[in-house]
Amino acid sequence: MTRHTALWIALLLAAIAVAPLLTASNAALNFIVFVLIIALAAQGWNLLGGVAGQSSFGHAAFFGTGAYVSALLQLRFGVNAWAGLAAGIAMGALVGWVIGFLSFRAGLRGSYFALVTLAFAEVLRILANAMGFTGGAAGLLLKLDLGFANLQFSSRAQFLWLALGFVALGLIISLRIAATRFGAQLVAVRENEDAAKALGVDVLSVKLRAIAISGAMTAAAGVLYLQYFLYIDAQIAYGVWISVEALLAAMVGGRGLVLGPIIGAFTLHGLGEATKAFAGRVPGIDLMVYGGVLVLVVAFAPGGVLGLLAKLRPKSRRSGETA
Amino acid sequence: MLEVRDITMRFGGLVAVGGASFSVPKGAIVGLIGPNGAGKTTLFAVIAGFLTPTAGSVRFEGDDITAMPTHRRAARGIARTFQIVQPFAGLDVRENIAVGAYLRHASASEAHRRAEAVAQRVGLGADLDKPAASLTVAGRKRLELARALATEPKLLLLDEVLAGLNPSEIRDIVPVIRAIRDEGVTILMIEHVMQAVMNLCEHVHVLAQGKLIAQGDPPSVCADPAVVEAYLGRGAAERLRLEASHA
Ligand SMILES: Nc1ncnc2c1ncn2[C@@H]1O[C@H](COP(=O)(O)OP(=O)(O)OP(=O)(O)O)[C@@H](O)[C@H]1O
Ligand SMILES: [Mg+2]
Repeated sequence: MTRHTALWIALLLAAIAVAPLLTASNAALNFIVFVLIIALAAQGWNLLGGVAGQSSFGHAAFFGTGAYVSALLQLRFGVNAWAGLAAGIAMGALVGWVIGFLSFRAGLRGSYFALVTLAFAEVLRILANAMGFTGGAAGLLLKLDLGFANLQFSSRAQFLWLALGFVALGLIISLRIAATRFGAQLVAVRENEDAAKALGVDVLSVKLRAIAISGAMTAAAGVLYLQYFLYIDAQIAYGVWISVEALLAAMVGGRGLVLGPIIGAFTLHGLGEATKAFAGRVPGIDLMVYGGVLVLVVAFAPGGVLGLLAKLRPKSRRSGETA
Repeated sequence: MLEVRDITMRFGGLVAVGGASFSVPKGAIVGLIGPNGAGKTTLFAVIAGFLTPTAGSVRFEGDDITAMPTHRRAARGIARTFQIVQPFAGLDVRENIAVGAYLRHASASEAHRRAEAVAQRVGLGADLDKPAASLTVAGRKRLELARALATEPKLLLLDEVLAGLNPSEIRDIVPVIRAIRDEGVTILMIEHVMQAVMNLCEHVHVLAQGKLIAQGDPPSVCADPAVVEAYLGRGAAERLRLEASHA
């Protein structure tokens, strides 16, 4: 990473951090918190789908597991919310590892892998919706009990900073990985598995580590969602919507790039809000915008927003840019 | 160092390699030649662990490695290049070679330092920051060699690294290969460029239609009627002999 990139990252985080000092609008703060949660989920997707090239269509499996594990521990076993957070993240990693073990060991790649992840997420959604233990179709409602110890904040600003802290942590983890042997192996697996194997890369183990870390990050987003809205059901936690959000944000921002998920999440939802403002409350109009943006990105800007920006910059400054 | 015993590799009904046995002594440069489709690349894939042979075994430094996964063979010291080059197209040359260097060096700075040293050696020193996808054919062949070399192998399997190069590029790379051997790396090379085979190899095995049909030092192998027939067709050796005696 160049100093230039580090500066941009610091500026971006600082700009988000001061937002609550500039506006007291609940709608604005809600918007930012929601987008940060999406960005965190997308950071998880990006590590596996962007950096390691194993596109998933089922990151809801991790998001939902984080949310449900934490909610169930709190509601059924009286466990503290912070411990619930830790457990949710750990279970996200475990579920990731298991899905990875079953599908990568069977040699699934590309759209086959994507479909299998979708199937896993759907199975979990149906189970969570059917079982009494998980609250069935009624979902799970956390008791309102404000306080730092319960991971519930009366002020939206505080929650925003917490979510931002997680996104910053996700950034640091992604940057660290990019600078290590593991990061180089992830990219090697994405670019050419046979060549990677020939150079001594244990492809299965690299993919399993990637999906476990990816699952943990997206599970953290699920726990944050739970703690912010204090309510989940199967459709929210394990719904296809979050798989799509995670994938789209990473793709639109710039697949495989550390800042991609954040830029993508803000771009998408910014556009979504703008459309709503112009077009009024036409149902599904934001979804149409998403579809349109996806088509545009795939057709004209495979590098996403960041890829476009890099193209606009003068050539001399572009060399040496990796992050 | 390497012992290939009775290797048979069948693809459905096609016998690509049929009962091939040979060995490569430590420190040697051994050639593997033969006409197109003879099964040379298939044999390499078996040795490097990309294919599990239908029958037979591969031994390396005395151990049976027939069932060992590819990445562990690389860790043991077997590196291969690909006849159809397989660059990490989205990465630059330095990053490509570093993936190989990471096998023995966990630190990024050390892996990059090694990658740069290897690049210098094979003549890619000026291209370190170029995307691999932008290299010429000759550049890509060098990159294959560099990546394999960066794993610090004991046995290097070179699959037609000279194919597609012009004579002056070949003249540049032949001494590099010899120098690698002189440092103690054992080399087994598939090569169609006979001038290079003559120049480099002490011993040559000839594969034709999946069977090893001849072996020996390069000049005697080239004079072997069975080899000439394998390349030029049945009766060719006889025709050549007659033509030579008429001239
Ligand atoms: N994966 C595969 N599936 C089916 N057939 C294969 C496969 N790989 C190779 N073959 C066949 O096996 C035979 C040997 O191929 P191989 O590539 O080993 O030959 P080669 O000696 O390397 O030839 P060349 O000099 O053209 O590189 C060919 O007939 C080829 O079509
Ligand atoms: Mg071949």
